[in-house]
Amino acid sequence: MGETKERLFKGGAFLVEDLRGEDVITPEDFTEEHKMIAKTTEDFVIGEVLPKIDNLENHEFEHSVDLLKKAGDLGLLGADVPEEYGGLALDKISSSLITEKFSRAGGFSVTHGAHVGIGSLPIVFFGNDQQKEKYLPKLATGELLAAYALTEPSSGSDALGAKTTAKLNEAGTHYVLNGEKQWITNSAFADVFIVYAKIDGEHFSAFIVEREFPGVSTGPEEKKMGIKSSSTRTLILEDAEVPVDNLLGEKGRGHIIAFNILNVGRYKLAIGGVGGSKRAIEVATKYVKERKQFGTPIASFSLTKEKLATMAAKTYANESAVYRTVGLFEQRMGALSDEQLKDGREVARAIAEYQIECSMNKYTATECLDYVVDEAVQLHGGYGFMEEYEVARMYRDSRINRIFEGTNEINRFIVPGTLLKKAMKGELPLLQKAQSLQEELMMMMPEEVGIEPLEQEKHLLKNAKKMVLLGAGLAAQKYMKKLDQEQEILVNLADMTAEVYNMEAAILRTEKAIEKSGAEKNKQKLLYTQVYVQEAFNKIEADAKETLIAVESGDTLRMMLSSLRKLTRHTPTNVIEKKREIAAKIIEEEKYTV
Amino acid sequence: MNIFVLLKKTFDTEEKISVSNGQIEDDGAEFIINPYDEYAVEEAIVQRDAHGGEVTVVTIGDEDSEKQLRTALAMGADKAVLINTEDDLDEGDQFTTAKILEAFFEDKEPDLILAGNVAIDEASGQVGPRLAELLGIPYVTTITSLKIDGEKVNIEKDVEGDVEVIETSLPVLVTCQQGLNDPRYPSLPGIMKAKKKPLEELEIDDLDLDEDELEPKTKTTDIFLPPEKEAGRVLEGEIEEQVQELVSLLKNEAKVL
Repeated sequence: MGETKERLFKGGAFLVEDLRGEDVITPEDFTEEHKMIAKTTEDFVIGEVLPKIDNLENHEFEHSVDLLKKAGDLGLLGADVPEEYGGLALDKISSSLITEKFSRAGGFSVTHGAHVGIGSLPIVFFGNDQQKEKYLPKLATGELLAAYALTEPSSGSDALGAKTTAKLNEAGTHYVLNGEKQWITNSAFADVFIVYAKIDGEHFSAFIVEREFPGVSTGPEEKKMGIKSSSTRTLILEDAEVPVDNLLGEKGRGHIIAFNILNVGRYKLAIGGVGGSKRAIEVATKYVKERKQFGTPIASFSLTKEKLATMAAKTYANESAVYRTVGLFEQRMGALSDEQLKDGREVARAIAEYQIECSMNKYTATECLDYVVDEAVQLHGGYGFMEEYEVARMYRDSRINRIFEGTNEINRFIVPGTLLKKAMKGELPLLQKAQSLQEELMMMMPEEVGIEPLEQEKHLLKNAKKMVLLGAGLAAQKYMKKLDQEQEILVNLADMTAEVYNMEAAILRTEKAIEKSGAEKNKQKLLYTQVYVQEAFNKIEADAKETLIAVESGDTLRMMLSSLRKLTRHTPTNVIEKKREIAAKIIEEEKYTV
Repeated sequence: MNIFVLLKKTFDTEEKISVSNGQIEDDGAEFIINPYDEYAVEEAIVQRDAHGGEVTVVTIGDEDSEKQLRTALAMGADKAVLINTEDDLDEGDQFTTAKILEAFFEDKEPDLILAGNVAIDEASGQVGPRLAELLGIPYVTTITSLKIDGEKVNIEKDVEGDVEVIETSLPVLVTCQQGLNDPRYPSLPGIMKAKKKPLEELEIDDLDLDEDELEPKTKTTDIFLPPEKEAGRVLEGEIEEQVQELVSLLKNEAKVL
């Protein structure tokens, strides 16, 4: 790990490092260009996409194609495509802001995301020069539209269990693909599919398959619960003839592509979750100010305020956390040479370093979104159940996010699994820290916590990290290589780790903002942080306790529980009071505001 | 063709206006290009693309006005000029603005100057016409169509919903009305290019002006928000009674008759 101008952090290192505000990138660091890009995207979504949303929900996909081409004219499809192939090669903050602002378009944001993300990126990252030359310029303008075909009827989370096969023909000119890919986004109109198949039934590989190739067809449109504005069909490959030049990456190395692309897909879903949460807060706030019951706007009831404040505090922490991850990519890519930056595989590797962070962002931000839209419906009462209110669609659209791009359960398993792998390889000193912690806890004396802003929160964060190390250390000690069978414990560890990441992201963002523009201007940020950290800490405490009880017993358990009590001793924040303050500001501004 | 656009930043139309100590609170407010000026920027780009030349966007404002200029550059304007009066002028009115612009245009040879019909904040609609008078060139306000053929200019002007067709010649100043065009979104390549386009910053010194010459001719005596809308009232009874009550209310309560 180099100590250059910016500290470069390894994935997962946040558990063992002490960070300062200057170490993270936050939304307050966005430049004027970033804001202009965000505004163009937002204006496009409001001005062009939303007027067509009923047509899109009604599966009139000619509008999807038309809108994607219009987006292409504005450069909204080329952010991640290199300049030499007709793209804009923007930084990751810019492309993240595009994703965030598209989220308001509901199912169409999935259409856009599938095209620019999982559809185009495999070629950006892993295509050879000819493939890039042939496809990328047209993907960047929307002349060609892309889709990604990994899932099969019998292989979802177990992607490598795919049954689709590829066989080289006798002439050696084409691979002949047979199989069925399921739930393929954009399949009604995509021109290019990234398809995974096993060569000779064993070498898992990726192919660029054009719709026009012989033997390629799609099934009927699926009837979905939400994101109806996106097209979802089966991709059918019946002796599909794919030129050998269209093998993407190396034979038998398809899993590298699949997992790297999923990583990107995950953090992009997290960003979409943040964008959707913000919109739901805005919609709900406008509603509660209008709606009167018992002769008064329901915004004046303290329980309404409690709901809005909780929604916003969660959103703040998740927003801080996803842009923290985006910042990590940005810093890591900043350390690459121009030559390396041109090599998509290097870029993919830089992102893959943060697999843990991508997964955590994915499950916490999509669950934040689900929580927020659920409460937004609740605040609408019966009207929220009526389709003429935007919030009903948001509620239906939200649900899939916890399922696709790796279910949130699979993503949770990745977190402790990867952390332990890194620890075993000696990349992260987790085991050493866990061991010295056990000794430290024996001797630990209660600490005096200062009253300056964020001191309490930093104290809780420090102890929360110790709780994660304690739990993970004990579980690793006891189960060793069989830990992966203790799924409940893995999930507890994943939740604790993610809460630590979010707490820390909120604290560092607020700290950085206060350093830059003072406490007065950042009051709302401080309130969000105080509320979120307190509530996250309570959850971590409960998870840690449950984990210890499952792992240890007898005297050891009693000793460990007493250690835990040392770590959790504090005077809690009055969150009810803080939430009222938070809500007052949101109600005044009629939107999520920091 | 040498094309200039007069541009002003205004509050975002979504912003809530609040007044304290007789001043409009602008702390933390979002600003945008005055929507009518956006038509002017769009029209300037369209005319340049048709006839060649260069589009320069000019604004009088403070450091933060750079953002709106960059947006105009991202839409496709070629150059921008910020006349920064933040340190020199405490207040100004339409006279002040027109006077500064007159000095700015002294050494320029504009063929076409476009401005918004009004700014959505103070909505005087005066700066364009005043400037044209000072420069001694013709002007047409609230235009909804602009066709240029050599020196000849054909304009359609919105007159309270009717259309007036006007023929004039270059150089000319026009103010743009809704319906003239559909302003483009700044594209992402446009935004990236805008960073590199020239943005010149001037102060009134650079224009050989001093504060005394720019003293506003008007005085603002008070700033207040419109009264809160009160709940309506439904009249009851026979139609005849209702009419009588309405007339009496209009006379005695609303005092409009």
